[in-house]
Amino acid sequence: MSSVLTETTSRAGASGEAVVNDFSLQVATANGSGSQTANSVLMRSIFRMGVPVSGKNLFPSNIQGLPTWFTIRANKDGYIARKRDLDVLVCMNSETADDDVRELRAGAHVVYEKKLGLENPGKKRDDVTYYAVPFAELAVKITSAPEHAKLRKLIVNMIYVGVVAELMGIDPAETEKAIAKQLKGKQKAIDLNINAVRLGLEYAAQNLPAKIPFRVERMDATKGKIIIEGNMAAALGCVFGGATVCAWYPITPSSSLCESFIDFCDELRIDPDTKKKNVAILQAEDEIASIGMVLGAGWAGARAFTSTSGPGISLMSEYIGLGYYAEIPAVLFNVQRTGPSTGLPTRTMQGDILLCYFNSQGDTKHPLLFPSSPEECFTMAQQAFDLAEQLQTPIFVMTDLDLGMNNWMSDAFPYPTAPFARGKVLDAAAIEKVKQTWGRYKDVDGDGIAYRTLPGTPNAYGAFLTRGSGHNEMAQYSEKQQDYVKNVDRLVRKFDTARSMVPKPEFQDRPAATAGLLAYGTSHYGTTEARDKLAATFGVTLDYCRLRALPLQAEAVNWMRRHERIYVVEQNRDGQLVTILRDELPELATRFVSVRQYNGLPLDATTVIDGVLNDAPASGAGSDAKKGGIDA
Amino acid sequence: MSATPNTPAPPAAPAPKTNRIGLPKANYEGGKSTLCLGCGHDVITKQIINAFYEMGIEPHKVAKFSGIGCSSKTPAYFLNRAWGFNGVHGRMPSAATGALVANSSLLGIGVSGDGDTASIGIGQFVHLVRRNLPLVYIIEDNGVYGLTKGQFSATADLGAKQKSGAVNEFIPIDCCSLAIELGGTFVARSFSGDMKQLQTILEAAIAHKGTSVIDVISPCVTFNDHEGSTKSYKYSKEHETPVHEIGFVPFFEETLAEIPVGDTKEVAFPDGSVLKFRGVGRDYDPTDKEKALKTIHESHGKQEILTGILYVDPSKPSLSETLGATSEPLTTLPLEKLRPGREALEEIMESLR
Repeated sequence: MSSVLTETTSRAGASGEAVVNDFSLQVATANGSGSQTANSVLMRSIFRMGVPVSGKNLFPSNIQGLPTWFTIRANKDGYIARKRDLDVLVCMNSETADDDVRELRAGAHVVYEKKLGLENPGKKRDDVTYYAVPFAELAVKITSAPEHAKLRKLIVNMIYVGVVAELMGIDPAETEKAIAKQLKGKQKAIDLNINAVRLGLEYAAQNLPAKIPFRVERMDATKGKIIIEGNMAAALGCVFGGATVCAWYPITPSSSLCESFIDFCDELRIDPDTKKKNVAILQAEDEIASIGMVLGAGWAGARAFTSTSGPGISLMSEYIGLGYYAEIPAVLFNVQRTGPSTGLPTRTMQGDILLCYFNSQGDTKHPLLFPSSPEECFTMAQQAFDLAEQLQTPIFVMTDLDLGMNNWMSDAFPYPTAPFARGKVLDAAAIEKVKQTWGRYKDVDGDGIAYRTLPGTPNAYGAFLTRGSGHNEMAQYSEKQQDYVKNVDRLVRKFDTARSMVPKPEFQDRPAATAGLLAYGTSHYGTTEARDKLAATFGVTLDYCRLRALPLQAEAVNWMRRHERIYVVEQNRDGQLVTILRDELPELATRFVSVRQYNGLPLDATTVIDGVLNDAPASGAGSDAKKGGIDA
Repeated sequence: MSATPNTPAPPAAPAPKTNRIGLPKANYEGGKSTLCLGCGHDVITKQIINAFYEMGIEPHKVAKFSGIGCSSKTPAYFLNRAWGFNGVHGRMPSAATGALVANSSLLGIGVSGDGDTASIGIGQFVHLVRRNLPLVYIIEDNGVYGLTKGQFSATADLGAKQKSGAVNEFIPIDCCSLAIELGGTFVARSFSGDMKQLQTILEAAIAHKGTSVIDVISPCVTFNDHEGSTKSYKYSKEHETPVHEIGFVPFFEETLAEIPVGDTKEVAFPDGSVLKFRGVGRDYDPTDKEKALKTIHESHGKQEILTGILYVDPSKPSLSETLGATSEPLTTLPLEKLRPGREALEEIMESLR
């Protein structure tokens, strides 16, 4: 299915006329070649020039050798979603060079390692512009010292930073500052890298007179902002949210969340008096053990969390069900990726919505939070601990590889001022007041949430045995059907209470719009960009709702009732959120049109625009836009 | 903090016998057992009650854990003034780990079975032992699944016969030699028919600040007590071979009435408690890891069920110590100790600009 949209920048670039602060640049390298530092420096240089920017790493499940692509999008209007078409390609990987060039749109610009011979007869495309650079030869120049031989492969990357800076107008002073930032105080490495950048700059200045028409010019849109990965932001949220127990098992793309937490705690959670840690972090033997540890810790009264991805959630499922029925606070970060085992473990997906919403055996439903930015990773991590303790249940924070592992521009995080909300916990004195009338699963307040006690509390009336589904409201073992039904019906009341406690949706409405876009998590970026372009280019006016949590809040439902047609944008094959919406709002079922991208790449605006324009909102309302929206 | 739980006053006189902290044994009891009449597990339950009573542990400071199976029902039958966590099948160690690092002032006891530990739970068992979590970990070992009616578990002996006549063709897992191999710091085997030894082992395990693995042969009177079973009461009674007599002097006592006399070996605990061993017809040193393993291996060929504290090393750090965590309960740390200041956040933000 071809796109109905021709991106305006494509035309501009092709005509040779300058396009300022609006491009998508990709660097193709091999995994393990050390290009990450160079790519970050390139991105940060643009950021430091005040231009909104995003950096997305498309990497293989491999340590060394397989192809890797890093894409930087800079956009003066603040659009930072992945763009389907590239404007500039830096071609360093012989394995993928031919394919990379073949897939380029007409009018793109290619900086390449000269020995790849991309302009040889039979290979050269006449609708793209080439810039050949002998990177390997240049690298030898500054790494001739024997102790530098090993660095040659790495230093090549900094040379392309210099070449690109010269060809696109990036201020070398900012590049040097970015290097200093990246290599924090390692002066020898800083000097060597700066030399490499300068070498690239000089080579390009002397040998490549024609410049790339996509230009970077200084503006003022990044002042005060930071660049951070979602996983690090979430880890910081756990530190400031008072997490005291972390149990985890390594899995891409979630590992860096717990690893960041470890690093932060080494700095921020050391008791100044005893030098001991005010935290316990356990690398478990698998995800089953991780969640067991989290539930044990939550039961004991700690703020405990784990971080994993879909395969880990699958392993945790039995214990998550116990957490739901025994009503134990727990926070689970699901940094979503594509499916099981090998394949695409390093590609992004919003594919675990149903898995998590209904996770485990029996009748279960869990609150899900959908952060869509690093700032929300930070704030929602904190909220998740409050909600877990207030609702006494596992809470899922649903991020994805794109948000978790890629570089995002963000406002600085707000310092939290609210105290921790620790929910309904009875201490010894409070237990003494209620004595034997207290019941662990008794709904005293009518909100479905009972009062709990913590092991170790010096009052024997508070002791009870925690177990699964078979208990009465006094926490005694029971197999009576009345007790079971009463209990699970109370859990439904509790879930209803959750509706008013989870993060509320955000709306962007336009006058007279009768249809709307609905998205969550990282689908926000492609969707909002599409919404603006639909209005500006195609005259299609749409409202927008960003769902920030499940269960559905009254505000979200009211918004849906006000719109005749709702395009639900998500990154999975089966329209998992649409499935939930149609199930819970059957009277609105025909209004929902599912727009999906599920190729493992972050959502682009073109997918959404196609999905909307391909929909025929006539009498056959409600049929999915099955034809559209998936790029090949 | 008062050690007296707030329960209704017991019936009037005579004043009940109390332990060193003034509590009657009733405060250590639990609900009525629903296991089969004569089940070995009920004997173990009774000895757990005795051990906690004798050691004078405050019940509210105890946390009980179990998985799934007949064994795992038993925490409901002892110490009902303690909190309990009945986890999922084979995964009790992880729940105990989380709870006990969250609040290291709790005294943990876990009750598992041979299926819950050696079959479905072998993974978590192995890692529990490696971590040395302070936990009294009891395996109520009868070689079969009781609740699902008599299938073999992974501790069933080679050639053992099921009630139906089926023969076990697979090598059994010896949880004790496995635990010693994995660096276990307190590894014991006992027999539910040897109440005195079991109680002594339990008391020492309560004093031990690491994982105490206690594999207790506990015959299943319904599914594994027949001719041809190697875990029947009769077979176990005939083949039980204590490697030593054990005396335990807890830190709060000067002497113990029944200290074995003769050539004794002593092992001291950091809290001042002392274990005393006297050999019985063989030279067994519970601090010699390699010899212990060799002796256990040899016992398999001789159809001996070796009992006693097979290996002990009280010197290794516990999990919380290894993690470098504070000894205060993490569960009650105030906000000021958990949420870094404004300037800490600003410093991090600046580093990301």
